[in-house]
Amino acid sequence: MDLNYTAEEMAFREEVRAFLKAKLPPEIAAKVASATQLSKADYDLWHLALAEQGYLSGPWPKKFGGQEWSAVQKHIFEEECALAHAPRIVPFGVAMLAPVLQAFGSKEQQDYYLPRILSGEDWWCQGYSEPGAGSDLASLKTRAVREGDHYIVNGQKTWTTLGQYANKIFCLVRTGTEGKPQEGISFLLIDMETPGIEVRPIILIDGEHEVNEVWFTDVKVPVENLVGKENEGWTYAKYLLTHERTGIAGVGGTNAGLQALKRLAHSEMQHGRPLIEDPLFAARLARFEIELMAMATFNLRTVAGADAGKAPGAESSMLKIKGSIMRQQINDLARRAVGPWAMPFVSEQMEGNLYHPGPDYSAKASNVYLNNRKISIYGGSNEVQRGIITKAILGL
Amino acid sequence: MDFNHTEERRMLADSLRRSLERGADWAALAELGVLGALFTEDEGGFGGQGFDIAVIFEELGRAGSDAPVLEAGLAGGLIADAGRADLVERIIGGDLKVALAHAEPGMRYDLGPVSASVHDGHLSGRKSFATNAEGADLLVVSAVAQGKTALFLVDPKAQGVTLHTTPALMGGTISEITFDRAPAEPLGDAGTLEARVAAATLAVCADALGAMETAKAMTLDYLRTRKQFGVPIGKFQALQHRMADVAIEIEMARSALINLAGHLSAPAPTRDRHVSAAKNLIGRVARLVAEEAIQMHGGIAMTEEYALSDVARRLVAVDHRFGDEDWHLARFMKLSA
Repeated sequence: MDLNYTAEEMAFREEVRAFLKAKLPPEIAAKVASATQLSKADYDLWHLALAEQGYLSGPWPKKFGGQEWSAVQKHIFEEECALAHAPRIVPFGVAMLAPVLQAFGSKEQQDYYLPRILSGEDWWCQGYSEPGAGSDLASLKTRAVREGDHYIVNGQKTWTTLGQYANKIFCLVRTGTEGKPQEGISFLLIDMETPGIEVRPIILIDGEHEVNEVWFTDVKVPVENLVGKENEGWTYAKYLLTHERTGIAGVGGTNAGLQALKRLAHSEMQHGRPLIEDPLFAARLARFEIELMAMATFNLRTVAGADAGKAPGAESSMLKIKGSIMRQQINDLARRAVGPWAMPFVSEQMEGNLYHPGPDYSAKASNVYLNNRKISIYGGSNEVQRGIITKAILGL
Repeated sequence: MDFNHTEERRMLADSLRRSLERGADWAALAELGVLGALFTEDEGGFGGQGFDIAVIFEELGRAGSDAPVLEAGLAGGLIADAGRADLVERIIGGDLKVALAHAEPGMRYDLGPVSASVHDGHLSGRKSFATNAEGADLLVVSAVAQGKTALFLVDPKAQGVTLHTTPALMGGTISEITFDRAPAEPLGDAGTLEARVAAATLAVCADALGAMETAKAMTLDYLRTRKQFGVPIGKFQALQHRMADVAIEIEMARSALINLAGHLSAPAPTRDRHVSAAKNLIGRVARLVAEEAIQMHGGIAMTEEYALSDVARRLVAVDHRFGDEDWHLARFMKLSA
């Protein structure tokens, strides 16, 4: 047992810190810290800064221009980014599609798409979920029918995060109806400019526009946009889901949330004293911090295991459940902490250019709390994750 | 013992429910007697007891109503306490909408100290979290005059009154109000504020119970109809048991509300012990019901378009009105020691 990072890992942490200090624009960090929605330009600017430093492709294999970061390095990078309030890396291109293309794509697809992901030329979004296919993703119905050199795609995708900014979408589509539902699914790359695609905003419970519906009506997709083999898309999708699992606990973000909450609780007053001195609130905070310390180590055990060649299996389901609950708890504590300031409810989608009348730290407390109810639902709901643990770890 | 509401209260609740389903407006609520039921006979109404408030607000919460009924009872009650029968009559008739502006930015959930002040008949200061003050005809405002906190009537349209209004988490509106030498008519002392806030807290608890019942009904309906993996998701035991727990907690909330309604007229320490017990418990259950209803629905409940989002926000807001779980827990600890 050795609970310390190696000298190389600590040096890497310093390097990341120095980069963030030099390159992260304070106005963007301020937006992230206050949970203000980022514009496409904000994302693009940060994406490019990371690409120039080589961080964007840090986890990629060297032969695709990456640095083959270890899971520990990736963890350190994510932790530092969260603490500095850097925007999250929009994962759909760089962290989700790219590994699939690297593993299953044709040489032409790799040569064409991978550089465009790094340059920011392509903004990818994900076309998986459908209104009738949520937790039961394999029941998806969007059809792709081969006609000569094209597939003709009809159907509807939903929960398409930041689809309003995307020019490309990777989709799971049904190309076969034989056998098990998982067997007739293919992985298709689609240009969002193609006629017949319509993106409709979904306003969420926090009043913000983050996700979309994407409708396909007789959309012509060239057959060379098929990734791998027809009807084997489910294998690629599963690969994608297991690939990005070490960061799933979101420890960095939760830790940043705890630090922010402590600062807030020094400013917010209760009975004329800082809230942090209120014994009931302080107890809530302490219990949370105790759990977070344990979860951080739980997370690192999995991260270190991944570097030792142990594929994170059902542990990632455990981390997803615990991580999402703790993320939601810190948002819940922040909402409690701002007290009555949680009641004025303002979102950027509302007309009239309304501003929140309370202190800056209180403006988005309710919105963030409400928005993050999603994280125990998406990416395989916590109920689905518990099912995986029951079977894979407990053998029940 | 009898845990049934009286015939009159049941009839009022039933007709209120039907009217709200038909989209009853303010005049219709007044016509129905909803506003009169907030006041005692002595005050010119025909109710005013804990259980009158309980049945009315349970229906308003169930329907998700934004009508400023709580404000009519709270600000109107303070007006009644000052003996202004002329104004109470207009409130009960639906001709006068009133709202209370009492809280201030640093008070959090405490009822004082107030720093707004009145000099020579003019009120200055900043008030926070005034619900449904936008659209009110008359504000009841607390302020310090001659060293004591007293209540004043202020016309929200008068010079020197500025409202900054946003939507409120629970529905309706919430305003920050600045008063800059606004003309203020003395109403009376603030001696009954705590009792009126206790009644308003009961109203929030009852409203929460109604909203919980709606969340429960919507979730049950969804569990029965939404299919994944080839079956209605309500067939999964994991969800069945969670729904059973939600149903148990809602009965706990209903019981805590009954405890409070039965003790609203008790002496202050007993009353407030029940206020804090109910508000603490109902604050917890409201959040549980909101979170569980969202989780059991899945993604659809995250959308603004789906009706549960309003219900969930209303339930989450419960813990931010008239004291949160911890505020009431601390007070309960003091009153029970």
